[in-house]
Amino acid sequence: MVKCASHLVIGMKGVFKLATQNTNSFSVQKMIQEKKKKKSAGGITEKIMPYILFLTAAVSVLTTIGIVLTLIFETFLFFDAVSIKEFFTAKVWYPFSETNGSFGILPLVMGTLKVTVIAAIVAVPIGLASAIYLSEYATDSARRIIKPILEVLAGIPTIVYGFFALTFVTPILRDIIPSLEIFNALSPGIVIGIMITPMIASLSEDAMTSVPNSMREGALALGATKFEVAIKVVLPAAISGIVASIVLGISRAIGETMIVAVAGGSTPNLEWDITGSIQTMTAYIVQVSQGDVGYGTTIYYSIYAVGMTLFVFTLVMNLLAQYITRRFREEY
Amino acid sequence: METSTAAAKVVNPQEKKIVYKTSDLDLWYGDNQALKKINLDIMENEVTAIIGPSGCGKSTYIKTLNRMIELVPGVRTSGEILYRGKNILDKSYQVEELRTKVGMVFQKPNPFPKSIYENVAYGPKIHGIRDKKILDQIVEKSLRGAAIWDEVKDRLNQNAYGLSGGQQQRLCIARCLAIEPDVILMDEPTSALDPISTLKVEELVQELKKEFSIIIVTHNMQQAARISKKTAFFLNGEVVEFSETNKIFSTPADKRTEDYITGRFG
Repeated sequence: MVKCASHLVIGMKGVFKLATQNTNSFSVQKMIQEKKKKKSAGGITEKIMPYILFLTAAVSVLTTIGIVLTLIFETFLFFDAVSIKEFFTAKVWYPFSETNGSFGILPLVMGTLKVTVIAAIVAVPIGLASAIYLSEYATDSARRIIKPILEVLAGIPTIVYGFFALTFVTPILRDIIPSLEIFNALSPGIVIGIMITPMIASLSEDAMTSVPNSMREGALALGATKFEVAIKVVLPAAISGIVASIVLGISRAIGETMIVAVAGGSTPNLEWDITGSIQTMTAYIVQVSQGDVGYGTTIYYSIYAVGMTLFVFTLVMNLLAQYITRRFREEY
Repeated sequence: METSTAAAKVVNPQEKKIVYKTSDLDLWYGDNQALKKINLDIMENEVTAIIGPSGCGKSTYIKTLNRMIELVPGVRTSGEILYRGKNILDKSYQVEELRTKVGMVFQKPNPFPKSIYENVAYGPKIHGIRDKKILDQIVEKSLRGAAIWDEVKDRLNQNAYGLSGGQQQRLCIARCLAIEPDVILMDEPTSALDPISTLKVEELVQELKKEFSIIIVTHNMQQAARISKKTAFFLNGEVVEFSETNKIFSTPADKRTEDYITGRFG
């Protein structure tokens, strides 16, 4: 310490001298060499660090693999009791009968599909329009206010959205559509749409903002209007990021649980009607997990089979997104 | 550095019209005055070069001519710029209409991330031309006009970013030609290009001036001497001297012009 302090003093004197009379009373190289000797242990850090970092990375990968393996394993046990054919073709999902339960996943898939499509119909136009406004029209100060608000919206717990759907949106919708049941597909669909809108808006805006200004200038200089620039230059140039944001949003809609569990009801059905009670794959898993279903029963294993189906859905969505982004990418 | 007289040209006695008449143009970026009392008359069907050191206002001036300068926040102007007799700084002047008449080529090539064909067809398309056959003709004519047709005719559907920098710049010129502008503004179009590509663009400018009025900003004094008929020398936001290029480069009237073109500063 003492040595260090004296070095510092000399050092400061040296700087002072350097500035005034241009003589060198200390050597930077010598100081570097001394510091290096002191922390010779630093070599070990350099050697160990990559392994530690690798281990942390491996933990997340291994966890994922573990989850998928468990899913697969338990799903196989389910298919010991129920045939794959019945699972994918039977039109009724009624697992709660010990003697003649029916395990056709189509009604649950239908529930998820209805909610997801409604959510996408709400979220994609609003999200894209907001993104275009934010990246092409909003002033800097407006953007600085709106963007954080969007990000806060994305952070609201989904259970809050769930009660918002059940106690606020559903009553309003019932005033408009009298035949709407208390539990239905429409209300949670709209609310999930509201939930994923900020995500689509924010990610699409990022993609559009990163389109170089020189491209906007090129189009403006040809006499394009601002809107033409946004639609015909910026949007196509950012399309890969935009598609990615939409798919990410839809993946979230597919996997969304609390909103549909609270406001969607628990009646799996295969109808296209969106005013009646439904059950999604996720809501079914919640229902079974909360109940007192015995370990090892077919119902118990069924949640793994449903979980597996859900996983395949989101996996396919992600692969699709990757394909689309590669296919439509506009390199610049 | 020797003053070049290589560009000495026979002055065409034929009566030409004024394209741009700038009168008492002042321009501020916030509190910073970038252009001071600019008065310039630019003639049609010739190449007018604007030279000057960095920060002298030459790019600002050329961007005012198609009002691209408005993209910079906090810009104010006073005075007037008459384009074909109409004041373009007047708020009632439709900026899209102006830019349809006045094309621009930028410092760095900025093709759209689309195919070569789509890049050229973009301008006509946004102005409502949809007929595929007509578009095909426009694309070919424009690419030929920009002397790049032979290099790209077999790969019109490939992404423009696969071209070299010099080809990209000529593609941008073709994109500009596709809407058959009256004036082409060039803002240091060769500053990002290698010498051979630069030469090609310069040759192209010589061809283009037969049909278009060209205003070119350049850092490169030899370039101005080689390709322009008239040259304006900008310094600190003012026009120090504006006259025939061969006169500016042989017998400049102002001491500051002489200092600049002989390389004493800038």
